[in-house]
Amino acid sequence: MSMDKPMNPYRPIRIGAAQVRLLERLCNACAVSGDEGEVRKIVLDEIRPVVDEVKVDALGNVLAVRRSSGQIPRLGVMLDAHMDEVGFMITHDESDGIFRFDTVGGIDIRQLAGKPVWIGRDHIPGVIGAKPFHLTEVKEMESPISLETLRIDVGPGSTKVKTGDRAAFATSFLRVGPSLRAKALDDRLGVAILIELLKNPPPSVDLLAAFSVQEEIGARGARVAAFAFDPDLAVAVDSTPANDLPSWDDSENVAYNTHLGAGPALYVADAGTLSDPRLIRHFMQTAEALEIPYQLRQPGSGGTDAGAIHRQRAGIPSLSISVPGRYPHTAASITRVEDWQNTLSLLYAGLDRLTPAVLAEER
Amino acid sequence: MKSLIQKLVETPSPSGYESQIRAVIRAEIESYVDEMKVDALGNLIARKGQGSKNGQKVMLSAHIDEIGIIATHVDENGFVRFTTVGGVRPLYCVGGRVRFLNGRIGVIGVERTEDPSKIPAIDQMFIDLGFSSRKEASVKVGDIAAFERPFTDLGDRLVSKAMDDRVGVAVLIETLRQLKDTPHQLFFVFSTQEEVGLRGATTAAFGVDPDLGLAVDVTGSGDTPKGMKMEVGLGKGPAIKVRDGGMLSDPRVVDWMVRTAEKAKLPYQLEVLEGGTTDAKAIQLARAGVPVGCLSIPTRYVHSPSEMVDYNDVQNAVRLMVALLSQPVKLG
Repeated sequence: MSMDKPMNPYRPIRIGAAQVRLLERLCNACAVSGDEGEVRKIVLDEIRPVVDEVKVDALGNVLAVRRSSGQIPRLGVMLDAHMDEVGFMITHDESDGIFRFDTVGGIDIRQLAGKPVWIGRDHIPGVIGAKPFHLTEVKEMESPISLETLRIDVGPGSTKVKTGDRAAFATSFLRVGPSLRAKALDDRLGVAILIELLKNPPPSVDLLAAFSVQEEIGARGARVAAFAFDPDLAVAVDSTPANDLPSWDDSENVAYNTHLGAGPALYVADAGTLSDPRLIRHFMQTAEALEIPYQLRQPGSGGTDAGAIHRQRAGIPSLSISVPGRYPHTAASITRVEDWQNTLSLLYAGLDRLTPAVLAEER
Repeated sequence: MKSLIQKLVETPSPSGYESQIRAVIRAEIESYVDEMKVDALGNLIARKGQGSKNGQKVMLSAHIDEIGIIATHVDENGFVRFTTVGGVRPLYCVGGRVRFLNGRIGVIGVERTEDPSKIPAIDQMFIDLGFSSRKEASVKVGDIAAFERPFTDLGDRLVSKAMDDRVGVAVLIETLRQLKDTPHQLFFVFSTQEEVGLRGATTAAFGVDPDLGLAVDVTGSGDTPKGMKMEVGLGKGPAIKVRDGGMLSDPRVVDWMVRTAEKAKLPYQLEVLEGGTTDAKAIQLARAGVPVGCLSIPTRYVHSPSEMVDYNDVQNAVRLMVALLSQPVKLG
């Protein structure tokens, strides 16, 4: 649902050069599920000066609290963004710098051959080798390449790569006009948004920020984070696919999930969550009142940390809001700065307008 | 009780959007309970009884949601694409009707398929609400609908699109009304979002923190032509669940239920269900674990627009529930 752009768009926090530089550092860092230390360090450095409390829990989640001095009673809102990204794990050393590997999180094997990767905490460069065209028979080209036949090639002599190391796509962050191209925009965009909100908090709520781990392998970090916070409500901030290119046969694309440039995507239903209708309404009304563009993500499969959060304890009203992005879970995804900005604006405004009255009526 | 069942099954309330049915239930039970509340996920939790030295904290659960569909796209000609909410079977969809929560009714159509002998997939179907353009459509992405089919009374057999689990809800309501006295603190949970993964019962069980749990839900039957292999049949009494696809009943709870049925001379069957599960699974796994069982209403054609139960089984389920909850529970 795109709207005409207002003359003076509502921008309580502006995405400027500093914000883009921070996102660049976040995206270039490697944090494949279970090994989120590199992103965690950036997060901790950024938020320590501004939060009231911060700790790293047993699973590696960063749990930070920034209290408001605003009106009482006020709501404690859990904001969640996951630090981890999809990638690979080295499984066998076949000597001479050749390694077998497995995927971590949802990755389509068909697009791996030929992609460069960074391995381990030192970002050792490697490549997922592909059989050269010259030697490939026509028949071979008709079927996908199986994971069993793929190897990561680091070259001989490196003693630093070992079994159990993670590897990530080796894609450096790039700004191209209104767009950003990077790996791991899912969910460093969310991480960057949470950092901005902690630095410039909406005054009416207490922020309980979870920078979660292991989302890509089943929302494991968010589950324990939500149990620990036991918040009044939760918003998962993530990135969701925009499969919005025209259909190859010119028919109407009815399965786009979201559209790039159409604003933050509010979730009604995915495989893990039926969003709290009170929160959907609240954020839709906020967007309409302030003329912030937004869209409804197509209900369907997929899931976010909200799926784990809303089932904790006696139940937590939850919603997901995502920045749309093309080609997530591949080597290079693309997003629009404008969608990032509007997601941040909608979150700030929606949180600031949250009062206990929003949850006083029954779901 | 038939009119109660009819009222319950004709109130549309797909998973996540149970406010209409909750209001109906609340009005039915208000004068029979000591206390009521609605939790964060929309579960209606009603307490009856203070508890006594011989009593326990017992959670009873019947889910108030039903399977349905949700709009994913409205095309330029006003046709609505959709996906499923809960275990909707494509086989039963084409030619069916749905009612959106705003009251609009639509019929389910299907694209022309190359092989008419194959069951079409949900993404080949669409809903026709009589619109001729996107602009005209009063349905938008994210709007939810329940299947639309009238309640039918065949005498002993009752048919509806939402016997699963309004018949369980009816059993709990009627139990509340008939139960004179109980040594227990009973928490009647009218749970939400069961059809999408026992979500309501999960959080309700954490909140209630019971000593014992019982779900009341439908189960399948093996008494139709070339049907599934299952001992359970319609009209042979409510089924005491031994196991299903997600849970093993606590054998002490099964024994207690069997003993009570025999003492009260009520017909019952033992149920072993290969697939599917109920709120009892969620209760069993809450906190540090809870002994659970489940009383099932044998049902034909589950998750079709015409789910069929036997009225005698329903009445006997109420009698058994009342017998179970009137006395102290000793798990042997």
